[in-house]
Amino acid sequence: MTTLVIAEHDNVSLKGSTAHTVTAAVQCGGDVHVLVAGHQCGAAAQAAAQLVGVSKVLVADAAHFADGLAENCAAQVLAIASNYSHILAPATAYGKNILPRVAAILDVAQVSEITKVISADTFERPIYAGNAISTVQSTDAVKVITVRTTGFDSAAAGGSAVVENITAVADSGQSSFVSREVAKSDRPELTAAKIIVSGGRGMGSGENFKLLEPLADKLGAAMGASRAAVDAGYVPNDWQVGQTGKIVAPSLYIAVGISGAIQHLAGMKDSKTIVAINKDPEAPIFSVADYGIVGDLFEIVPQLIAELG
Amino acid sequence: MKILVPVKRVVDYNVKVRVKSDQSGMDIANVKMSMNPFDEIAIEEAVRLKEAGVATEIIAISCGVAQCQETLRTAMAIGADCGILVESDAELQPLAVAKLLKAIADKEQPSLIILGKQAIDDDCNQTGQMLAALLGWPQATFASKVVVADGKVSVTREVDGGLETLSLTLPAIITTDLRLNEPRYVTLPNIMKAKKKQLDNVKPADLGVDVAPRVKTLKVVEPAQRSAGIIVPDVATLVAKLKNEAKVI
Repeated sequence: MTTLVIAEHDNVSLKGSTAHTVTAAVQCGGDVHVLVAGHQCGAAAQAAAQLVGVSKVLVADAAHFADGLAENCAAQVLAIASNYSHILAPATAYGKNILPRVAAILDVAQVSEITKVISADTFERPIYAGNAISTVQSTDAVKVITVRTTGFDSAAAGGSAVVENITAVADSGQSSFVSREVAKSDRPELTAAKIIVSGGRGMGSGENFKLLEPLADKLGAAMGASRAAVDAGYVPNDWQVGQTGKIVAPSLYIAVGISGAIQHLAGMKDSKTIVAINKDPEAPIFSVADYGIVGDLFEIVPQLIAELG
Repeated sequence: MKILVPVKRVVDYNVKVRVKSDQSGMDIANVKMSMNPFDEIAIEEAVRLKEAGVATEIIAISCGVAQCQETLRTAMAIGADCGILVESDAELQPLAVAKLLKAIADKEQPSLIILGKQAIDDDCNQTGQMLAALLGWPQATFASKVVVADGKVSVTREVDGGLETLSLTLPAIITTDLRLNEPRYVTLPNIMKAKKKQLDNVKPADLGVDVAPRVKTLKVVEPAQRSAGIIVPDVATLVAKLKNEAKVI
C-alpha cells in the first residue's frame, strides 16, 4: 500500500497545503510519495523531500507544467497511478481542479474534502455547508481523495526523502495559460494564519476596511471577509471565508460586522476561539462566538486597537 | 453553437437542514427544493452567450427523480431551449452523473458544457472535471469571466491568491463560480412559455450507464456543537478574556 500526494507549489516554494495533505496521507497507512509536477521546480521538490513521513519525491519537470494546467497535471498523475492505493491532493483550487479528472479516468469515485481518516477506506467529510458530518467508505480499488487542510496538522520539516526524476508526459495542447492577477498582500496567508480579522457588510464600504488594518497589524493577523462584503465589492474575492470561499480554522477569528450566514459559518466555525463584534444582538454569529460584544464596530474596533496597546 | 447545461435539484440554500435521528442521512422530506445556485449561474451564462449571438441552442439536463422536471422548467424559463431528464430514483454520485452527461454529450455534440462548480448538498466539486476527463476535453473551473472567440474560449478563473486566465480549444467544459454573473429572475410569461418547451425523458439504462454508487455512506451526524459563548460588556473585558482565559493573544 503506497499513497501518492500531489504537491501544490509555484515551482519555487511548496504551498503549506501540501504539508497538511502529507499528514492525512500518513494516516492512510503505508509509504508516502509526493509528485511535484512543475517547471524548474527543484526548490519545491527539495522542500517536499524534507517533510517528515515522505519516503520519495517524484519530479516531473517540463515547461507545460509551469502553470498547473489540469489537463497536463492529471495526465502526469495517471501515468504513475497504477503504483498507488491512495491518491491525495489538497482541497484547494489547485487540487480540486486536477483530482476529479484523475478519478474519472481511473473509473473511481473521489472523496472530497475529508476532515478525518478513520481507516484506509473510511473517511469523514462535511456536507450541506458543514451542517452535517458524513462518514463514508470507498468501495473502489484506488482511493482518490482531496484533503481539507484545516482538518490536519502540517507535517513537520526534518525528513530526508529520495528525490527521483520521472519522465514527463506530453503537453495536451488543449489549454494554455494566458495571465495571472495576483492580489498583493504583506499579511499572512488566510488559510495558514493563526489569527484572522474578518469584516462583513457591516463595514459599510471598502474604505472602512482600513479601520481593521491596524487591528490586524497589532495581532499579526490575516484579513478576511464575508461573501456579502466581497459581493458588495469592498474587498477582493480571495479574501472570502465561507463554503464557497476559503475554509479557515485559526486559533482566533474576529468577525466584525458579520451577521453569520450559514455559508460563512461553514468556512470558520472550526476556529479555536471566535469573537463577534456586531450591533445586532440577534445576529446568528453570536451563536457560535465564544466572546461577543454588542455595539457599533466603528467605536469598538478603535477601542480594541487602543486596548491592545 | 450548442451549449449543454446540467442542473441539479437540491435543498433550497435558505433551508436549515437537519440530520435524521437514525443517522442515515439528512431529513429532506417536505423541504423546499430549488435549482443549485451555481447551476442558475451556468444557465444564465449560456443564455447570455445566446443573446450575444455566440450560442444557437441551449439544452438543460438534469439527472434524478421525476421532480427534477421542475428544475428543468426553471432552466427553460431562464432561457434554455429544451430539457432532458435522465430519470432515476437511485442515489446518483458525481461519477455516475458525469457518465450520464458524457453519453448525452456524445449524442448532442455540443461545443460547450457549462456546469456549476459544486452542488450545495454534497459539496463535492467533481462532476465538471470528471466529465471533461471522460470526454477528453479541456476544462476551466471556477470561472468568473467567459469570452468565446475564434474556436477558443478564454476563461478567467478564481484561484487561491487571485485570478488566472486560460485559453481552451473548443469543445470545452466550464464550471461557474459565484461572480460570473447575476442570474435573472424568471418572469411569469416565461414560466408559461417554458411549459410548452420540449422535455425528453430517458433512463440511465437507455444510455448504457451503470449508476451504482461507489462511495457508501455509513452514517451522517450533526457536527460537534460549540459550547455557548458569553457577551462581554466592554473591550477591556474582551481583551482580558482573550489573554487570560482563551490564551490566544
